[in-house]
Amino acid sequence: MRFELTPRASISALWRALAPVLAFITAFLIAGLVIWLMGRSPLAAFQVYVTQPLSDPWALQEILVKATPLALIAIGLSYCFRANLWNIGAEGQYVVGAVLGSWIALRTHGTDAGLWVLPAILLAGIIGGALYGLIPAFLKTRFGVNEILTSLMLVYIAQLILDYLVRGPWRDPKGFNFPQSVTFDPAATLPPIFEAGRVHYGFVFALIAVLVTAVILGRTLFGYRLRLSGDAPRAARFAGFNSKTTTLAVFGISGGLAGLAGMSEVTGQIGQLQPSISPGYGFTAITVAFLGRLNPIGILVAALVVSLTFIGGESAQIMLKLPLDLTQAFQGILLLCVLSADALVSNRIRFVVRGGAK
Amino acid sequence: MTTFEAILLTIVTASTPLLIASLGELVAERSGVLNLGLEGMMAMGASCSFAAAVTFDSTLMGVGAGILAGGFMAALFAVVVLGFAANQVGSGLAVTIFGLGLSGLIGAPFVGARRDPVAPLNIPGLVDIPFIGRLFFGQDLFVYGSIALTVAVGLYLGRARAGLVLRSIGENHASAHALGLPVLRTRFLAILFGGACAGLAGAYLSLVYTRFWSPGMTAGRGWIALALVVFAAWRPRWVLIGAYIFGAATVLQLHAQAAQFGVPSQLLSAVPYLATILALLLLSLRHGRAIGTPGSLGVPFVPDR
Repeated sequence: MRFELTPRASISALWRALAPVLAFITAFLIAGLVIWLMGRSPLAAFQVYVTQPLSDPWALQEILVKATPLALIAIGLSYCFRANLWNIGAEGQYVVGAVLGSWIALRTHGTDAGLWVLPAILLAGIIGGALYGLIPAFLKTRFGVNEILTSLMLVYIAQLILDYLVRGPWRDPKGFNFPQSVTFDPAATLPPIFEAGRVHYGFVFALIAVLVTAVILGRTLFGYRLRLSGDAPRAARFAGFNSKTTTLAVFGISGGLAGLAGMSEVTGQIGQLQPSISPGYGFTAITVAFLGRLNPIGILVAALVVSLTFIGGESAQIMLKLPLDLTQAFQGILLLCVLSADALVSNRIRFVVRGGAK
Repeated sequence: MTTFEAILLTIVTASTPLLIASLGELVAERSGVLNLGLEGMMAMGASCSFAAAVTFDSTLMGVGAGILAGGFMAALFAVVVLGFAANQVGSGLAVTIFGLGLSGLIGAPFVGARRDPVAPLNIPGLVDIPFIGRLFFGQDLFVYGSIALTVAVGLYLGRARAGLVLRSIGENHASAHALGLPVLRTRFLAILFGGACAGLAGAYLSLVYTRFWSPGMTAGRGWIALALVVFAAWRPRWVLIGAYIFGAATVLQLHAQAAQFGVPSQLLSAVPYLATILALLLLSLRHGRAIGTPGSLGVPFVPDR
């Protein structure tokens, strides 16, 4: 027996909408199988991963906190992926944004610098991320260097820059030699939306990014160009749309949003620079972007769902002694399932018995 | 043994995993499949081989487990990109994310364990030649194997009919399909070969290079191996040269860190990654765009009947 793949004549809207849901369920079943193979109870794990966070008010807030960077980065990545460009270095852009913003936070530390500090920090975060994102874009448009490999290599370099700064010049002199910066001043801290709550204004930025992106994609020429250059690159070239400008623009946007995510996380959540400021948000956001079908609203939902796996993963580590790596493995499987489901929506698989009718 | 000689020996050790992984990826890419899951397959090879080697106290079992683990990940990747014709870049990334996570799960109980060095395969008489003896005739089996693999892949692609079929499928899968060539079967085998090589390269990392396992120990080597294939313009001979240049850069940067020149160690650690970007840039400067790119690279194949 063998199987054959044939393109479907028409793509069902219902299946298109259902595909991510089915992918998610499949990924859950596979993860359950892995947990069962490890000799644990999949049901107990399901309870810790899903049921508990959803019934605990503290964990519900935490879902929004972790969904914030995921949504911001994934929204940015959706611009690149729509244009068929592979920015897989969002993790690095996130880090460099956080570094450049923190530079202002540390320079103004202990001074009465006033209200301009926080906006300046956030702006610096956006600029840092955008400039770092433009490096692979520039190398691609100017010299034709593959953006996948350069953007990924720049992640390692960004992490080393951060590591150098917090162990070297930016280390808190009174910090007992711990590799971390001073704790940021209140003026350089992103406040929580609700008094004494955990959710900071970064979540508002994510919502704004979702809305603005929805408008850009649906209502502007740039959005039309983006969709066209992804779906039909030849047609876009004939229409006179410059793919180089598009490349630079989408990398700038996605880098900027990743930088904003990094800066929001550092000023709103961590409060200082450390050697590690992300549990891999930049890579997980790739899964989020595809799970949300590159659609702004879909990405917001996907970010909340995937954020749940981070929270669940942390409590599973404490309560079930399941390593945090399980979360990463699950996110990888989830992305595989989402992409497979997407492909199966547009192609049909037929099983053919060998020797049967062709 | 002089220091210089020792450095040359470590360069061989650092280059071999890059060479093995790149050769596997080269074959997969020549068949038209871009496998970005290399890093995850290497990580799985490293953890599974180490786990098996410690459990059975056998390097041979370890190597076998590493190859199987790489092959398993490759089969998973192949089902998604060939069976479902899913996006290759995204699926490869997913395999890397999955592999890094799963290798952590598998390796966790073995953190802290150590393996004894693998005995080198000394060629009697020749190994005693001063200076070059150890370097050329006192290496372990992996090193000789990697050189033999380079020659074999070169001959297969350049001289064998099957290699010609594989290349033509990579250049233009629609035409190859029209000629009746088995596109999906060839690609499936090429992906499996690539995965097995990545698993072997991972096994070399944990069993020979470090002789212990730690999370994230592949440290981007899978990605560097991917870059090497581009750098080599998809030619096995140049993969060999490129792998040794990169191995040398890695080792020299480690020695520079030990010597403490007053340069931040992080800057030196960044050398392999900076060098990768620079190599890709120089290549593009010379040729305009990457030459030798297989025509159908990364394009999903759905037969049009």
